[in-house]
Amino acid sequence: MEFLKELFAFFMERKKWWLLPVVLVLLVLGLLLVFAGQSAVAPFIYTLF
Amino acid sequence: MAQQNNFILGLSAYYHDAAAALICDGEIVAAAQEERFTRKKHDPGFPANAVRFCLGEAGLQLADVAAIAFYDKPLLKFERLLETYYAFAPRGLRSFLMSMPVWIKEKLFQKRLLWDHLEEVAGPARPGTPLLFPEHHLSHAASAFYPSPFDEAAVLTIDGVGEWATASLCHGEGTGMRILKELKFPHSVGLLYSAFTYFLGFRVNSGEYKLMGLAPYGDPDSEQVAEFERRIHEELIDVAPDGSIWLNQDYFDYATGLRMVREDRWQRLFGMPRRDHADELEMRHCNLGLAIQRVTEDIMLKMAAEAKRLTGSRNLCLAGGVALNCVGNGKLQRSGLFERVWIQPAAGDAGGALGAALAAWHLHLAGARTPCGPLDRMRGSLIGPDTTEKDTLRMIRRFSAEGERIEDFDRLCARVAEIMESGAVVGWVQGRMEWGPRALGNRSIIGDPRSPEMQRKMNVNIKYRESFRPFAPSILAEEAGEYFDLRGADSPYMLLVADVLERHRKPLPDGYGSMSVREKLYTLRSSLPAITHIDFSARVQTVHRDVNERYWRLLSAFKERTGCPAIVNTSFNVRGEPIVCTPEDAYRCFMRTDMDALVVGDYLFEKRRQPPWPEDRRWKEEFVLD
Repeated sequence: MEFLKELFAFFMERKKWWLLPVVLVLLVLGLLLVFAGQSAVAPFIYTLF
Repeated sequence: MAQQNNFILGLSAYYHDAAAALICDGEIVAAAQEERFTRKKHDPGFPANAVRFCLGEAGLQLADVAAIAFYDKPLLKFERLLETYYAFAPRGLRSFLMSMPVWIKEKLFQKRLLWDHLEEVAGPARPGTPLLFPEHHLSHAASAFYPSPFDEAAVLTIDGVGEWATASLCHGEGTGMRILKELKFPHSVGLLYSAFTYFLGFRVNSGEYKLMGLAPYGDPDSEQVAEFERRIHEELIDVAPDGSIWLNQDYFDYATGLRMVREDRWQRLFGMPRRDHADELEMRHCNLGLAIQRVTEDIMLKMAAEAKRLTGSRNLCLAGGVALNCVGNGKLQRSGLFERVWIQPAAGDAGGALGAALAAWHLHLAGARTPCGPLDRMRGSLIGPDTTEKDTLRMIRRFSAEGERIEDFDRLCARVAEIMESGAVVGWVQGRMEWGPRALGNRSIIGDPRSPEMQRKMNVNIKYRESFRPFAPSILAEEAGEYFDLRGADSPYMLLVADVLERHRKPLPDGYGSMSVREKLYTLRSSLPAITHIDFSARVQTVHRDVNERYWRLLSAFKERTGCPAIVNTSFNVRGEPIVCTPEDAYRCFMRTDMDALVVGDYLFEKRRQPPWPEDRRWKEEFVLD
């Protein structure tokens, strides 16, 4: 819940509302991933992570 | 105590070079990088050991801490990622699919993650304790300005990338700091340099030093270097007069790919394939290294000139990974653009932990600055874990080591000077560990710089690293001007490169510029051959009595014995290993290599007196080569 509040505050600050649907879809995807128990593989280039 | 003093814990974690730092009312108490404890180079995990150490130094629990500061803004970084993928789509789909799970499962929830880790390590926090997230480049800028000796300064930070910014120009005045200008991703000086590091067969994020050390082997007068520079400017990069750059993303792959560059295009551009790390270094590799080093220096100088124009300041502070390019720093210092230049010794991301804490104190809590020390507010960067006699005795018992305790420190220094004069290599461990990537005389391997054999011996038999890599000198601060062209500047953190003065140089043979790497390496260039690089430069550390007295006394003893006020100083580790932290780490490293003697505190250990070391050479597999 706290995270969602912060996310909202972030969007209010940055005004990049077009990113909101992307983030929401990703969060749903994330929940699926958590339930599926898949592991996240971290590649080596640090610009991505 | 906790009610009276404001302790702030700074953290950097989850990317590379995790670290923790503790300040009290703006004064630096302790700082350390996690790799020194876990023995895993560039350890990116949560810095549990470093946090434990920092809080332990002040006898604190998490509940005693007034605020915690993390060195960047995760949500802003996530925004950059999403926008970058969108801008490059459909390119980058594979990397998108790989990176998103990491973010969705962990990195987006970093605040919770940090609290969980912190409370696991140091108990519950006081309710309402703020967890702050200053921007990445603001953390770097704070780490550069607030510990500096200046009341007012221009602050330049240059690195790979933070959230969006890849370089920033700030103005620091008293306790305030204003960001004046930023360069944004994907246009990045740090990533440009890393791209060449990758193309020349070195590891991104750690091989940049090697590229800098390789560059002087290039032939500065050759047509090839000029041609490489021309192609870099024509195809890869546009440099504006203010030092901001634009990188042609047709040639790079770091924005959305899993490699730094598009190798086929680079091969066509430079007429050579990407060098494999095991391939022999050829002249063309050196020349390409020299070309990108020159381009980088040009950008650094232009950025500094812009900083001067915008702030009018006489002082400059530097931080960010590119500020570890001490060749560029040396040129900047000698350019005369600024009267004084100060560089954060932990200029890379580890230093962000300290910067975040300082930013929280000065910018969030409006705290005052502390009085300046002899040189600055960094306490010589000797703010890491201490070495106590108890630790040394435990090490002696564990390894049945044969040590001789010499209580009279002057006598110990005289003995070590005698050992070094005989051509031997000595491990030297004293007091608190250094903060930052350079060993400054408390976790160092030292030797006689006058020996023509020393560079090869240290590289091949002690450090197990490439023979082309140069070594740096520590010199008594009061004698530095007699040997190096420092123009009155101090270099206590080994972050400036200066030329060896003409009178100490040896004449070079004809055709030196076009000689092979190996031929150049074995040419005697000065009266201090072990620390004189191919182009007569040296990465100098000036040693000041009021900053590190024991190390100063050792150098004085060496001077008294030999007349030479300088010694070779390299970090106490082997290739791929983090710098040793404890006496046990030091003894292990000492016994695994051809080091001749080890000093820990007041104890001298000579190799010939030690019991046989049971380990075989397979220990080298313990460390991933950098």
